[in-house]
Amino acid sequence: MIPRSFEYFSPRTLDEAVALLQKLGPEAKLLSGGQSLIPMMKLRLVSPEYIVDLNRIPGLDYVSESDGHLKIGALVREHQLESSEIVQTKFPVLADTAKVIADPLVRSQATVCGNLAHGDPANDHPATMLALGATVVATGPKGRREIAIEDFFPGLFTTSLEPEEILTEIKIPLPPPRSGGAYLKIERKVGDYATAGVAVQLTLDGSGVCQRAGVGLTNVGMTPIKAKQAETFLTGKQLDEATIQQAAELAASESAPMDDIRGSADYKRDLVRVLTGRALNRALDRANGGA
Amino acid sequence: MDKVPIKLSVNGVEHSAEIEPRLLLVHFLRENLGLTGTHIGCDTSHCGACTVVVDGRAIKSCTAFAVQADGRSITTVEGLEQDGKLHPLQDGFFQEHGLQCGYCTPGMLMTGLAFLKTNNSPTDDEIRHAISGNLCRCTGYVNIVKAYQYAAQKMRDGGE
Repeated sequence: MIPRSFEYFSPRTLDEAVALLQKLGPEAKLLSGGQSLIPMMKLRLVSPEYIVDLNRIPGLDYVSESDGHLKIGALVREHQLESSEIVQTKFPVLADTAKVIADPLVRSQATVCGNLAHGDPANDHPATMLALGATVVATGPKGRREIAIEDFFPGLFTTSLEPEEILTEIKIPLPPPRSGGAYLKIERKVGDYATAGVAVQLTLDGSGVCQRAGVGLTNVGMTPIKAKQAETFLTGKQLDEATIQQAAELAASESAPMDDIRGSADYKRDLVRVLTGRALNRALDRANGGA
Repeated sequence: MDKVPIKLSVNGVEHSAEIEPRLLLVHFLRENLGLTGTHIGCDTSHCGACTVVVDGRAIKSCTAFAVQADGRSITTVEGLEQDGKLHPLQDGFFQEHGLQCGYCTPGMLMTGLAFLKTNNSPTDDEIRHAISGNLCRCTGYVNIVKAYQYAAQKMRDGGE
């Protein structure tokens, strides 16, 4: 399969990339890892006239900790997250997620920021970033602006980025002590999109009461879903089994799956319930110092 | 559409070419350079038959544009054998019967080349995860895992 012809640009700075987007208009598409874009171009689901390749811009491949945040640059590949020490120690939910995206060969190319910028509700990082309360940094002609992750996915395959903006960084607040998270995904085979996936991030106080709960759902609606009712229900409670099961049922009721080749809507809704329960238990273990 | 110039190293040999930006890396390797050891399988980034190593990382060459490889260093299956001697991975696939039809083998070898560089004493489980992006319809994978272990042992013995 061969994509339609396009004109190729390879800017060396972010400013140059933004200027190109301004000049070329909406027919330009950004290329980073290319693991979603190139297959779509080969299938001719998209045929951009211009490709602006970000891969030659230096200094965008950082995973670093500063100002109380984990910062992930635009060109960080999934395999970098998997092997990052700070991610493994402080963000187990993020490490869980990176490990189940596609397969190792795809993960050596695919970028974390691209996983969000693609706007696909079947992608895995959106749910995780919703659970973590991340912020997306967009760079455009007017400079940088920050977008809360819950405002980033207005609809199917759309994001709140302007056409002339580039998603240049993801910022995630460093979790307080006694925090833990987990991502669980059911897939039919390695490399498949989730039949359903659930991301959870919890923070407990000294007596084990839930201070903050984040719950994000993958591929069970037209957009990634933040399970707000489940989050509100969990906050302020001791997380015993009955509470966890009730929250899991709330999360299932907040999902909006459709029948497709991966299963019926009822089946997927029930998967959300089961996975939310399991993810909450694992996150709780981790918040209490478990692995 | 205008062609663009690229320069890259493939198996230690420098190449220059003028290519269409839409040319996929796998087609460049097979058709422009005649290196047909890299196979095209599914053409949809599922099967891993087209795996090559770019600057140390194993990637699917059906899901990268050749223009992205400008300035990079690529190893294909043709680059494994050195001075008439099989690479330990090739030897491992031979000794452990790690193939039947052989179609997936170039990809399996190239994934192994990048993987064993980062982990030269892997568990069977780690190997199974490492090859989870490479499909084989013949072997049932058992002998491929054995072949990786054979190669890892040989590379450790050889001080690699």
